[in-house]
Amino acid sequence: MLLSAALFIIGVIGVMVRRNIIIIFMSIELILNAVNINLVAFSAQLQNNVGQVFAIFVVAVAAAEAAVGLGIILAFYRNKETVNIDEMNLMKW
Amino acid sequence: MGSDTLFYLFGAIAIGASLAVIGQRNPIYSVLLLIASFGALSGLYILLDAPFVAVIQIIVYAGAIMVLFLFVVMLLNAPHEETEYDERVHPLLRSGPTRFGVALAVALMVELWWALTKGRETGGFPEGSVSSVAAIGRSLFTDYSFQFEVTSVLILVAMVGAVVLARREPRRPRSPGNQ
Repeated sequence: MLLSAALFIIGVIGVMVRRNIIIIFMSIELILNAVNINLVAFSAQLQNNVGQVFAIFVVAVAAAEAAVGLGIILAFYRNKETVNIDEMNLMKW
Repeated sequence: MGSDTLFYLFGAIAIGASLAVIGQRNPIYSVLLLIASFGALSGLYILLDAPFVAVIQIIVYAGAIMVLFLFVVMLLNAPHEETEYDERVHPLLRSGPTRFGVALAVALMVELWWALTKGRETGGFPEGSVSSVAAIGRSLFTDYSFQFEVTSVLILVAMVGAVVLARREPRRPRSPGNQ
């Protein structure tokens, strides 16, 4: 549990601190993995395989999310030539 | 080497690699360190008696998602945030990716060897264990078949969406008034 919490916190710090959007995506993957560790740990603790099934679903959703996110990054980079989120003010009012 | 030692070892590797991921200036190093972190996590899954999730972790994360990340990082070709140091001054860093890749490969080999020998010592995973692949597959395709199908639709939508987003903008069509 502590390990999972530590990983989760590292991921959140990564999302907050870094300016490079690719690193932010990696931090999101870290967060999802922290959740996965919790699911599998409870699955082992309770002798119940629902946790592992959910972990597999989480992995699938993470794959889908990464594909869409990287597509968005590609499209954005083609327009703006940057991966720095400070310059991403396209939707600013 | 006991299970506790291995747990702390893998946990330390995972946390250290994750910290290094968000501390790196160069996203390519970050991707490689993230693969190391995922490898350590998959070792933790094996310790938690979940070999199927461990294998899925290696194949999907380290195999597919990280290749995707690496591809985008190299395609964008803007890997550096502002660096405080000149990289040419550090000849140690220059051959870094190669040596790191070798270290990763060795770690993967050791981990696989350990997993295989562990399985052999206990005579494989017991038939009725909750974490056997058969049990997971049974519950995945009976109790959770609806969710499974919904996930497949989600992945299809994500695939189409990624293709649409990453496609080059087509030549602007002629306005209908001209035709």
